[in-house]
Amino acid sequence: MVNERLNSANPSFDLKYRRKKNAEEMKHQVITFAMMIFFTLIAFAAVGFDFSKWFIKPVILLLAVVQVIFQLYYFMHMKHKGHNTIALFLFSGLAVGLLTVLTFLTIVWW
Amino acid sequence: MSTYAKKQGFGATLWDYLTTVDHKKIAILYLIAGGVFFVLGGLEAMFIRIQLAIPNNDFVSAGFYNEILTMHGTTMIFLAAMPLVFAMMNAVVPLQIGARDVAFPFLNSLGFWLFFFGGLFLNLSWFMGGAPDAGWTSYASLSLHSPGHGVDFYILGLQISGLGTLIAGINFLATIINMRTPGMTYMRMPLFTWSTFVVSALILFAFPPLTVGLVLLMFDRMFGSNFFDVAAGGNTIIWEHLFWIFGHPEVYILILPAFGIFSEILATFSRKRLFGYSSMVFATVLIGFLGFMVWAHHMFTVGLGPIANAIFAVATMAIAVPTGIKIFNWLLTMWGGSVKFTVPMLYAVAFIPSFTMGGVTGIMNAVAPADYIFHDTYFVVAHFHYVIVGGVVFGLLAGVTFYWPKMFGTMLNETLGKISFWTFLIGFHLTFFIQHFLGLMGMPRRIFTFLDNQGLNTGNMISTVGAFFMAFAVIVLVINIIITSVKNVKVGNDPWGDGRTLEWAISSPPPYYNFKQLPLVRGLDAYWVEKMDGKTEMTPAEPLGDIHMPNSSILPLTTSLGLFVAAFGALYNMDDDKTWTVPVIIIGLLITLGSMLIRSIKDDHGYHIHKEELTDDHDKGVKA
Repeated sequence: MVNERLNSANPSFDLKYRRKKNAEEMKHQVITFAMMIFFTLIAFAAVGFDFSKWFIKPVILLLAVVQVIFQLYYFMHMKHKGHNTIALFLFSGLAVGLLTVLTFLTIVWW
Repeated sequence: MSTYAKKQGFGATLWDYLTTVDHKKIAILYLIAGGVFFVLGGLEAMFIRIQLAIPNNDFVSAGFYNEILTMHGTTMIFLAAMPLVFAMMNAVVPLQIGARDVAFPFLNSLGFWLFFFGGLFLNLSWFMGGAPDAGWTSYASLSLHSPGHGVDFYILGLQISGLGTLIAGINFLATIINMRTPGMTYMRMPLFTWSTFVVSALILFAFPPLTVGLVLLMFDRMFGSNFFDVAAGGNTIIWEHLFWIFGHPEVYILILPAFGIFSEILATFSRKRLFGYSSMVFATVLIGFLGFMVWAHHMFTVGLGPIANAIFAVATMAIAVPTGIKIFNWLLTMWGGSVKFTVPMLYAVAFIPSFTMGGVTGIMNAVAPADYIFHDTYFVVAHFHYVIVGGVVFGLLAGVTFYWPKMFGTMLNETLGKISFWTFLIGFHLTFFIQHFLGLMGMPRRIFTFLDNQGLNTGNMISTVGAFFMAFAVIVLVINIIITSVKNVKVGNDPWGDGRTLEWAISSPPPYYNFKQLPLVRGLDAYWVEKMDGKTEMTPAEPLGDIHMPNSSILPLTTSLGLFVAAFGALYNMDDDKTWTVPVIIIGLLITLGSMLIRSIKDDHGYHIHKEELTDDHDKGVKA
């Protein structure tokens, strides 16, 4: 996204800055990718080591949420500028969905 | 293509409308289709009132009454109010934000045709073995046991038209976010555009639950699953939740555009800036937000428990706060203004007390313990007709009158409009005010007749008389439209004389490419700002250049037609003796998927109107 926001058609415009940005971006992506793999390993390990269900379930769900955030913000570039509207609608939709789930869990089924 | 085009034959005009992707023509299509369904739903309402005029009436049978009642509700909400709201949005919003068209013109057309074929499918049920008879809410405990195919028509028809609505909603979101003209910041958008924006977001989030509910109901009825079948371990309450998670935002989807229209009208004819613009925006967004947390107030008597009932009761009452903000802002807009009582303004002024009465009974219904008394009586019928007719229908009648010159270039007759207004207003209060008391006296909803000597005779008779007043008003409106169209006296840009927003800065009707050069917006009420600076037109924000236009296409129609055809196969597939159903499903889906395939593989880059053609096109026809 950062790289596409150019005012100049000249490909070597601001090349140094863009190189640096790209390198940084790459670093972030590699770190998050490594962490996501690590989280997956933890999730498998938690099940493998036969801990209490009351420990495993929340931990796996928590790791899943973190992974989704990584996915959205680092791999799908939501951390870049110009994604405010997208974030607004994403989280509003999430709120409506979770509210529905909450209702079903509290007053429909149990 | 051009609105200035030379006379063309009927066939050419028809083909033009069938293939159009122009938001102004799609608005007219929505208006015609919505208007026809409105008259149809009105006829059903008249049958209801005739049946209930006297005790022990046998004008219609009990079973047929159920069908009329169901179709009245379903038609009015899904097939009349929604498309008429979309007609207003399509006609006005792109002009108000200075856009060339909506973001996805092709999808705009697809949305219309899906709605149209869904509505047609639903109404064909009358001729194909009986209409749905389980109420517009189609509660699963009832609809699962409804014999015949009525409820299947409801499920498939609404599924198809709901798809169209969802597409249209997303389209308006993309349009308003991305296509505002230079200078048109969010806080300079006219209130109607703001309400369209919020409503589109509500559509985006509210229609999926309906889709899910309808799919589950379809599986229960057609494929023998048991999602809602209590006897087989299902849970019928799930349908009620899914339906109302959609259904409550749906009523805000209807009323918010009416609020937007009234905000425009009140500011225009008070010749004053809308009072408290930013608080109006805030209130609109807040109503949209709260609209998602109150659905269970339709289900107080289901037995959700005191805690759930209390939460939803309080949340419901909270909605009165932003709505109150709006009411006071409208009053203060008129306060000290130089008010001109045109027909749209009359509707707007009458709307404020009428809608407030509906709001007050809404708060009464929101009190969960009291709702145990009101539930399923005519009190509720009176309440929601006060908000829907007093709010939405007044809003649409006002909007149609107000924007008629912008859509067709002619002015509706004021005298006939005033006759319509007064008879409609009197008829409306006559019909529904008395129903509050009928409800409190214990008359239940949805009954097809009542007994003599129960004190219900006079009230019902008064109500029926009021319904005839409203029917008369609509007939006068139709006559007015016909007279105006035949006379065809063209008017200029700003026929009301006090237009404030961008749409009045362009000719009526606008050329098919809208603004020749995107206008520069320098403040709220952009056109008014220019007028106050002594100018007669907007300052352009860009040099004159080529305009990129989309090509017309028949594919939206064929895509929708395919689903329409397939729906007949799907509907009769559950009958064991019909072998033709599977081929029909396949043919229908082939039409749809084939159209989608053509759309995908055919490069359609549209065309350009060249600068030279635009330089002076005032009199000569512009070739599209």
